[in-house]
Amino acid sequence: MAYSDKVIQHYEKPNNVGNFGTTAEVKQRKDVGVGIVGAPECGDVMQLQIKVDDQGNIEDARFKCFGCGSAIASSSLATEWLKGRTVDEGLEIKNTQIVEELSLPPVKIHCSVLAEDAIRAAIADYKKKNGIEN
Amino acid sequence: MTLKLPIYMDHAATTPCDPRVVEAMLPYFTEKFGNPGSRNHSFGWEGEDAVDNARRQVASLIGADRKEIIFTSGSTESNNIAIKGAANMYQKAGPGEGKPRGHIITEIIEHKAVLDPCKRLEKEGFDVTYLEPGPDGVITRAMVEGAMRDDTILVTIMWANNEIGVISEIPEIGALCHEKNVVFHTDATQWVGKAPTDVNTDNIDLLSMSGHKIYGPKGVGALYVRRRRPRIRLVALQEGGGQERGFRSGTLNVTGIVGLGKACELCAAEMDSERDRLLALRKKIEDKVVSELDVVQVNGHPERRMPHLTNISFGFVEGESLMMATKEIAMSSGSACTSASLEPSYVLKGLGVGDDLAHSSLRISLGRWTTEEEVDYAANKIVEAVRKLRDLSPLYDMHQEGIDVSKIEWQAH
Ligand SMILES: Cc1ncc(COP(=O)(O)O)c(C=O)c1O
Ligand code: FES
Repeated sequence: MAYSDKVIQHYEKPNNVGNFGTTAEVKQRKDVGVGIVGAPECGDVMQLQIKVDDQGNIEDARFKCFGCGSAIASSSLATEWLKGRTVDEGLEIKNTQIVEELSLPPVKIHCSVLAEDAIRAAIADYKKKNGIEN
Repeated sequence: MTLKLPIYMDHAATTPCDPRVVEAMLPYFTEKFGNPGSRNHSFGWEGEDAVDNARRQVASLIGADRKEIIFTSGSTESNNIAIKGAANMYQKAGPGEGKPRGHIITEIIEHKAVLDPCKRLEKEGFDVTYLEPGPDGVITRAMVEGAMRDDTILVTIMWANNEIGVISEIPEIGALCHEKNVVFHTDATQWVGKAPTDVNTDNIDLLSMSGHKIYGPKGVGALYVRRRRPRIRLVALQEGGGQERGFRSGTLNVTGIVGLGKACELCAAEMDSERDRLLALRKKIEDKVVSELDVVQVNGHPERRMPHLTNISFGFVEGESLMMATKEIAMSSGSACTSASLEPSYVLKGLGVGDDLAHSSLRISLGRWTTEEEVDYAANKIVEAVRKLRDLSPLYDMHQEGIDVSKIEWQAH
């Protein structure tokens, strides 16, 4: 499979790899939202964490991904786009924007869906921890 | 010493042609172009001599008589002629008689070029048993014996598997078939030319082989058809000019056949030294990877495996990104014909390898010109790639935190 240059760039130098603590630690942290989602199509797994300040701005984001090059690139891009947005603005990121930015082929669309799902899951987790209604 | 990249480590998919093979073929494109079927002039005789010579070279590699060699376009065709041809010849009942036409035994990890003809025969009224090997991938005589029925007419078991290199109990299964008067076919594509073969002492009736796996050209292969004790008959698939004793009509591919013959001669001469060299190189890769990484598994039987081929699964990394991280090394994940899709390998699944590990496996297959430098480079690169991807892998983190990843229920969307 041929990858676009952007996918290769992200894949070779992914941005914001990591987490804000162990699974047990981040569960306790109210300023961190965690999303772990799996892609039923291929069994790939993405973990996205956001760190939110008092104003509801996403000040940092980290990811880890067990998945193909496109999934790694999608999550790397997602963390980049999340930083500096408010939590609600984060929800505006759509998988179609990721597809376009990375020039993903049709068989790789679900990899971008995985990233969108991870964003939603992380934000939902943050809101739930902080008692924020949707 | 500078390495030339990319490095080719996919010799189970195909091999380069040996330059000595190409040299032998060249005159037959231009000066010696005659049709071996032309009986009336020297051009035809020249072609016929060349084909005869190649037939002798192929026969000699497998301990056969030259009259027992049928030239084909490769193993896919050899398998089709052998399996469909034998089933239709030895059927116990005709189509539409309302009972099974006969029973065939094969296994679930065969190449598609065996499985699909078997499925076709199933549709046409034959019963087929698909044996399941254990986790080591070996089909034993006892397994075949357990599946034998009164109406069994054909057993087809591959000699060495193309994805994991595991070697089944071929001479033993052949002996069983001969005791029971059942025709025995083996797809020996990955075996012949790399290990000693004698169709008589190994009890083979039908054997498929292909030129492009043994440093010969693509699009040419052979089928061995036993002529004595017992004489095997086949219903031909392709009809026409009656070439190849009527088993395979069509003007012979003289250049390809000359190349196949030469390739067989070279394999016979170099087999022993090549085997030791490749085995040492394969072990070097396996030892390096297994000693430097955790959660890795070399698939298939620890000893009953081909010297040039290894299949290794890596936990907590995903197969496609692993290929991407090791792109300077041409390897295959799963089998060559299916790695374009995202499906985990049916062969590894057939051994009971879990989806997680089957998804992240590499098949590395070495060849005549693989060097030790290349092997060292590849082994280091693989270790480095797996480490990099595990740094990225949420599953590896969880594994290290002691969480059982297989028990997690993922949030679906
Ligand atoms: C075990 C086995 N059988 C059959 C084949 C098909 O051979 P060919 O490409 O010569 O038709 C291959 C090669 O892909 C193989 O490895
Ligand atoms: S995430 Fe499944 S193939 Fe990319």
